[in-house]
Amino acid sequence: MNYLARRLMTFPLVMLGVSILVFVSIRLVPGDAITAMLGTEAGLLTPDQRAALEAYFGIDQGWFTQYWRWLAGAVQGDLGVSVTFGKPVLDVILERFPLTLELALLSMVIALAIGLPAGIFAATRNEKPSDLAVRIFAMIGQSTPNFVFALLAIYVLSVGFGVLPAMGEFTPFLENPLRNLGQMILPALTLGFAFAAAVTRISRSAMLDILSDDYIRTARAKGVPARKVIWRHALPNALIPVVTLSGVEFGYLLGGAVIVEQIFALPGLGRMVLDAILQRDYALVQGSVLFIALNFMIVNLLVDLAYAVLDPRIRLGGK
Amino acid sequence: MTSLLSVSNLRVGFGRKPEDNEIVHGVNFDLAAGETLAIVGESGSGKSVTALSINRLVDFGGGRIIDGSIRFRREDGSTLDLAAAGEQELTKIRGGEIGMIFQEPMTSLNPVLTIGEQIEESFRLHRGLTGRQAREAAKDALDRVRIPDAARRLKYCPHQLSGGMLQRVMIATALSCNPRLLIADEPTTALDVTVQAQIMALLAELKRETGMGMIFITHDIGLVAGIADKVMVMQNGEAVEQGPLDAVLDAPQHPYTKHLLSAVPHFEAGRATRTDYRRADEPSAAPALKVEGLTVRFPVTGGLLRRQTGAVHAVDGVDFDLMPGETLGIVGESGSGKSTTARAILGLVEPTRGTFSANTNGAARQSSKPVQMVFQNPYASLNPRLRVDSILAEPVIAAGGGLNGETQARMRMLLDRVGLPENALQRYPHEFSGGQRQRLCIARALMLNPSVVVLDEAVSALDVSVQAKVLELLVDLQREFGLAYLFVSHDMAVVERIAHRIAVVYAGQIVEIGDAASVLSDPKHAYTKRLISAVPSVDRRKETFEVDTRQVPSLVRPLGFEPEPANWQSFGSDHMARAEA
Repeated sequence: MNYLARRLMTFPLVMLGVSILVFVSIRLVPGDAITAMLGTEAGLLTPDQRAALEAYFGIDQGWFTQYWRWLAGAVQGDLGVSVTFGKPVLDVILERFPLTLELALLSMVIALAIGLPAGIFAATRNEKPSDLAVRIFAMIGQSTPNFVFALLAIYVLSVGFGVLPAMGEFTPFLENPLRNLGQMILPALTLGFAFAAAVTRISRSAMLDILSDDYIRTARAKGVPARKVIWRHALPNALIPVVTLSGVEFGYLLGGAVIVEQIFALPGLGRMVLDAILQRDYALVQGSVLFIALNFMIVNLLVDLAYAVLDPRIRLGGK
Repeated sequence: MTSLLSVSNLRVGFGRKPEDNEIVHGVNFDLAAGETLAIVGESGSGKSVTALSINRLVDFGGGRIIDGSIRFRREDGSTLDLAAAGEQELTKIRGGEIGMIFQEPMTSLNPVLTIGEQIEESFRLHRGLTGRQAREAAKDALDRVRIPDAARRLKYCPHQLSGGMLQRVMIATALSCNPRLLIADEPTTALDVTVQAQIMALLAELKRETGMGMIFITHDIGLVAGIADKVMVMQNGEAVEQGPLDAVLDAPQHPYTKHLLSAVPHFEAGRATRTDYRRADEPSAAPALKVEGLTVRFPVTGGLLRRQTGAVHAVDGVDFDLMPGETLGIVGESGSGKSTTARAILGLVEPTRGTFSANTNGAARQSSKPVQMVFQNPYASLNPRLRVDSILAEPVIAAGGGLNGETQARMRMLLDRVGLPENALQRYPHEFSGGQRQRLCIARALMLNPSVVVLDEAVSALDVSVQAKVLELLVDLQREFGLAYLFVSHDMAVVERIAHRIAVVYAGQIVEIGDAASVLSDPKHAYTKRLISAVPSVDRRKETFEVDTRQVPSLVRPLGFEPEPANWQSFGSDHMARAEA
């Protein structure tokens, strides 16, 4: 419990650091929101009009004042107003987030469902042809850019077999779960496949390591059957690196998957952030980066708590 | 009497073509029920592979039985050739009829499962017990190996128990289903000597109770004397000699057996100490190292703000001095603070209190670093990416010197002295054997011309016959350079051969110190007595040790705790022991 409290205390500090970093870096990019919004027409603004607009968006002040204002708002949950959407930043983010979360969760489920068994299987067949096949498969999965899978998947499933609607207006899960899953399954498979390849590789190597440990020999000496050696004695020990990797990957996915969102025309966080940067929508960029950072920290915390569940040496304080 | 186990012409190989990589070349032996066979040999002799072949665990390490038979008489009276048995049959036999315990109790239990779960598993697998019954059985098994407070310990995880406790848990697991054969592969090698005695006593007692046969594998021929009925000596995958215990120990036939019995240090209770230096001969000499009131404490923290709640008193008020040319052996068990003492003297650990001064002007020395150290593991203490010349030059450079002609000359001189060829300078550490590496470490320690060398378990990681040679080298170097040695070791036989004086450390304090012969032959403190009586010896045959389950007391003390000042009692001119409460 102490541990959890100490971890939570670091959250605000990290958030503060991240926000300063984002605040400064986005302002180092040339251009401003008004020019980005109005394009060449911005040149037609009279200085007075421009000043009024700047004052409206709060970008007429010095950096420090701007940051201070933003921070004062942020701690009260007010992340400012998005220039491009004309809505509060938090609303914009929360509108997009369910999709991104669903996509990340689905990809992780797919990755673990494929990667973990494949990795364990390969480890128990070390250096045999079946191990080699799994390794090659994993290597392909990791080294091929995911848009290739996306295009392949769309082609094979939609065009070839005429199944699964690949495009169309996005339907939230709660509105129509079936239609939603139909839309999400291809992007989730696309992301999940590369993810699965990584899980396969790490679970294979962790499993191989563990299988040569002394306590596995002890288990065998006790007469534990081969299947139980794997599932009861080896797997819980091999899960730690898998959880680490899954946590990091999941954290990235929560930040949005720009390319896959683009290909499947999904209104996720990734595309939103990209647009916000291109539009110099300072408030939205700041707000979403902060949101993504918070997600990442929460995922990391969950990963650490998972360690404690998996490994009593961490839970009980080891030597 | 039909034998329990009959192994004939066993050949085992490894790899894709096991015939080309044969490790065990045709071993034969028989074992009757209730009998103990000791298999003795150095690392690489094939003794463990032979043992692992019996329950076919060797298969999982890439081994194959090429030829021979392993006939095992099963519980129902039938005989089964284990060398040809299928995996399903073997799974029933392993744990059910053949139990096994291993060398490293710390790594041989699954870290994520509780002790209880791991013992229960055997009962579930072989006895079909479930739930409450299995738990009860596990508790009884722990009681049987004398683990106090068994019901509570069942919920512990392996990392919460000491090595000795874990080995007892291993034994409890292995014996849970009353196997008819127990294979013990170096079960006490990783343990302290007093704990070793406890485990040996326990094994002997359980063997008497159950009448099981036992195969006991060890590199320590002294340990064999206490437990074995028959001995088989292995070298390079062959059984070079086997026979009844007394015959092998008293009238060895094969040269290798003779070598094992003579070249390897055996503890002789103070009769084998060195006589080349006596304090009394040089009463006016200044000590090379003087340590007064050395205290090392590590903070124990707790609570939300990590406030200090107590301290581990690792070393508590240690005093001693060390003369040039003298060796002080520091003996004690793991956790007693002997290594921390050594590290504090080198400045590797910050002492909480106490002073130590090393005399640098003793023999016209100019060294700015008068104390140097040789570590335990020669495989880990040489940087694998540096050539030997860089390794040797490093201390000189670290002390502000340069790689000049003088340094080069000293490197060559020292290599010659430690018995390595001059072309060793251009080679990398992996090209040397363990013994040679330790010679390199010694040469490195001497580069700065120190007056004191701290040797922390410096020969413990070496094979027994290599140990003897390195010890000889240390004695020669000591005479030549007038070095003072602080020799930290848990191995009484080794200390007996190198130390002039001995300090016995227990729970962070010196409990007895003095002339080696006097301390070893006539120990005064209760702990020293216990330590010495626990050392196995070829002379003590079939001795029944008492099962003693005492643990080293906790060294964690509340904040501000100070131990009572020592009350020393003197026995003779150079022999003191702490008075006991």
